[in-house]
Amino acid sequence: MKKQSRFVFSVLVFGYAFLYIPLASVIVYSFNDSKLATVWGGFSTRWYVELFKNEQILDAAFLSLRIATTSATLATIFGTMAGLILVRFGRFRGQTLFSGMITAPLVMPEVITGLSLLLLFVSLQQLIGWPAQRGFTTITIAHTTFSMAYVAVIVRSRLATMDESLEEAAMDLGCRPLRIVFDITLPLIAPAMIAGWLLAFTLSLDDLVIASFVSGPGSSTLPMYIFSKVKLGVTPDINALASLIILIISILVFAAWFTARRSQAST
Amino acid sequence: MALKKRQGALWQRITIAVPYLWLFVFFLLPFGIILKISLADPVIAQPPFTPFFDADGGLSITIDNFLFLLTDKLYAVTYIKSIFMAATAMVLCLALGFPMAYGIARANPTTRSLLLLLIVLPFWISFLLRVYAWMGLLNNYGVINNFLMWVGFIDQPIQMMYTDFAIFIGLTYTYLPFMILPLYATLERMDLDLVDAAQDLGASRTIAFWDITWPLARPGVIAGCLLVFIPAMGEYVIPYLLGGPDTLLIGRVLFDEFFVNRDWPLASSVAIMLLLILVVPIVFLQRSQARDAEATS
Repeated sequence: MKKQSRFVFSVLVFGYAFLYIPLASVIVYSFNDSKLATVWGGFSTRWYVELFKNEQILDAAFLSLRIATTSATLATIFGTMAGLILVRFGRFRGQTLFSGMITAPLVMPEVITGLSLLLLFVSLQQLIGWPAQRGFTTITIAHTTFSMAYVAVIVRSRLATMDESLEEAAMDLGCRPLRIVFDITLPLIAPAMIAGWLLAFTLSLDDLVIASFVSGPGSSTLPMYIFSKVKLGVTPDINALASLIILIISILVFAAWFTARRSQAST
Repeated sequence: MALKKRQGALWQRITIAVPYLWLFVFFLLPFGIILKISLADPVIAQPPFTPFFDADGGLSITIDNFLFLLTDKLYAVTYIKSIFMAATAMVLCLALGFPMAYGIARANPTTRSLLLLLIVLPFWISFLLRVYAWMGLLNNYGVINNFLMWVGFIDQPIQMMYTDFAIFIGLTYTYLPFMILPLYATLERMDLDLVDAAQDLGASRTIAFWDITWPLARPGVIAGCLLVFIPAMGEYVIPYLLGGPDTLLIGRVLFDEFFVNRDWPLASSVAIMLLLILVVPIVFLQRSQARDAEATS
């Protein structure tokens, strides 16, 4: 192992400081007693207590979790199907259009996706009366559409590196194709599907712009609620909420990393 | 291809049809509608645009919106400013991301996986909250100004919030991982002996970098730059929260045309224009990724 040059080392230190100092400062200030979020007024946990008394936040968080769970599940189903189609089905009519449609959402600016879906929902409502109101259903549809592309990419790269001989052996032994998919292919790509579900779940919880377009009055997700508050500046209760989210996610990600490393070390 | 032999079985057709139909209805069709509405006139009605067909069944379309966008000076400034902001963020991400990706790729395996994890971790934390974190730092009475005043470096706060500087910070901060990950992937595959050989043969560090490392890292540089530039062009939240009220960027103009002015046709035209600007980098990105996939398989 060669030693890193001093330049590279100092950029690394600077880069990680740049990435983590903002997060650390939010956590520190969430324990600030002062109502003025930027003036230190002593240690306190009162903003955390107030967080759990705020019904608007709790409602918004609950709606976001419901949407994220539903859309991640749908996205995993559709995305896995799409990945299978692209890698295992060979050519079919309209394949170019299909692969274009599945990769385009990855790079589409959010404002365009949001606007186009809202216009679709408005037109559909005029034509067939559905969706009668915008909220849970429309946001779920929007999130499913863009996150299935991410799932498809993950599943596709897993399938592409996977050995096909197991599937071929089962085929030679007379197994029906549908059973091969359920008994061999799906169990083998399960880790990719789980990773895809988690990514879709996070993307949905994170989304502000698309949800702002396709939601209706009275249904605001957690990011929409946070945005409406932070528009006006830094507030102590959002500091507390942000710290909670940062801590929960860091613990989960580190736990996943440790388990992955240990299972790697043991094999 | 085991599953290919029984092409056309019913279950296969269903597997294709379900995601196909979903994407057709919720992805492709909406673009048709945007295009249609961008060719309509705004009216005060519900919905606020003229119908595609007029009362006699004739086609009623207009390209006024696009002419307006092309001739209005304000919009030209907006487009140029957006491109400039996204390009600057891209350069900043590259300047910071390249040495970082290089350092990560050269670290020993255990450190490397921890360093990579720390790059990916902010991805999972809400984007909005990460931008929000900077509001607390850049504020006139925020952490940075307080610190500088406490040290005695300055005696009154520097205005950082609501400036272009704050937008650059926000964009760089948010999109840095998009730059580092593809760069890391190419640098990690690179053969370091080449650099050593060049230096043994008398090349200076700078020459070795520009003649060997940089050309070999090019696919990663291109992918990283595009992955930063494309989303940064349409960014709405960062300019809204960190930028000044007179910083007009496309994403925000589109949002305001739609929600504040309720001019749906104009908002749709802005979307189409944004898409036209992005078509070139998007196609470029897909090409480079297809090449990359071929090279690795």
